[in-house]
Amino acid sequence: MTADDPELRVSKIESGTVIDHIPGGLALTVLGVLGIDGEGDATVSVGMNVPSDRLGRKDILKVEGHELSQSELDVLSLIAPEATVNIIRGYEVAEKFRVERPTEVVGVLACPNPNCITNAGEPAEARFTVLDAGVRCTYCETILREDITDHVQV
Amino acid sequence: MRMRQDHITSAKALSRGDIEAVLDRAAEFAGDPTAHADRRPGALLGLAFFEPSTRTRMSFAAAIKRLGGDIVDMGPVEASSVSKGESLADTVRVIEGYADAVVLRHPSEGAATMASEFVDVPLINAGDGAGQHPTQTLLDLYTIRAAAGLDGLTLGIVGDLKYGRTVHSLAHALTNFEVEQHFISPETLALPESVRYDLDAAGAAVEEHTSLEPVLGELDALYVTRIQQERFPDESEYRAVAGEYRIDAETLAGIDELPVLHPLPRIDEIQYFKQAHNGVPVRMALLDLLLEGDR
Ligand SMILES: [Zn+2]
Repeated sequence: MTADDPELRVSKIESGTVIDHIPGGLALTVLGVLGIDGEGDATVSVGMNVPSDRLGRKDILKVEGHELSQSELDVLSLIAPEATVNIIRGYEVAEKFRVERPTEVVGVLACPNPNCITNAGEPAEARFTVLDAGVRCTYCETILREDITDHVQV
Repeated sequence: MRMRQDHITSAKALSRGDIEAVLDRAAEFAGDPTAHADRRPGALLGLAFFEPSTRTRMSFAAAIKRLGGDIVDMGPVEASSVSKGESLADTVRVIEGYADAVVLRHPSEGAATMASEFVDVPLINAGDGAGQHPTQTLLDLYTIRAAAGLDGLTLGIVGDLKYGRTVHSLAHALTNFEVEQHFISPETLALPESVRYDLDAAGAAVEEHTSLEPVLGELDALYVTRIQQERFPDESEYRAVAGEYRIDAETLAGIDELPVLHPLPRIDEIQYFKQAHNGVPVRMALLDLLLEGDR
């Protein structure tokens, strides 16, 4: 690490998750879909529009005391496919990985089709197949593209 | 042969082999539908119709009875436990206890796919909202094959391509054959993105048009779907569009013996009409194949 590594612009955390390489301007969206709204006691640091070789401008999030679950990672992969995730334990990077686009997301998104069986109070979790661009409801086959974040139900 | 699919929820899941097995057996049964009561004696078909569809219900009932079986019918929704708030999942599990196969008609899209996850007996989708209606598709394929063949066919599909679920199922199924599909509709009623996506993914030969006249001469058969008044904000707009896509003697003047196929129920956009009445033999064939062997 060098002195101008952008990661140093936000303070180190003892344990939790650092999400790097979020497309510039989407940090608050990511917090929103992860359900982190400042109500809990987690310390959250946000770096916005940090210069990045890969993305031009990127956002960085540090969330203290919270490791992302698989379904949270799945949502993250849909809105920030370039993101890297660092799991921090004892001030050290315990795990570092790129998000992977899953082939399917279950229970993460609600189907936008009001007439879909998953919106009818049945014991079936909304399930989506991940396409090259967007996702598609396994049950009613509706395709969801740009506005995925509006349908997150984590 | 056995069907690759245990449940028939979507025409998309049917392989070419599945389709041909059903159509070939339907052709055998169509010769004399009354001669096959020894095929499935004692078989019970559960009917779960969450919305009325007299024609489809009667066709399935006739088919299983022609094979020597019988129906167990959930009856109208108002009179059943469904109205007391029982879920679809629970309802089909109950019917499964009485039946060797279940036919489901439901107003919500994806209902059959979901219901099939809760039962072990074959479940047949008889229509799920604006979604799929695979037995209608098999009937359409049977009719088209008899009238004009499938491989090498250039087919025009005209009318409401957006909401017409029979079109969506048929278009998927035709990708199993060497068929060139021409879709003709007003822009507001064009194929939905999800259907177009699948056709492109299947590498289907597809063209979309807003006018029938330029392509009419290339077609081997024409499939007409009903443009429904409720899709339009006012009656005058509906009349203008419905009139433009009406198929009548004038439209077909100079075209030699073009088979025109039209799923019921129909309204005024077609006068020339040639529809095979093979719903029962096709459903007999499907049921016979699904009930074949140990399950
Ligand atoms: Zn859906």
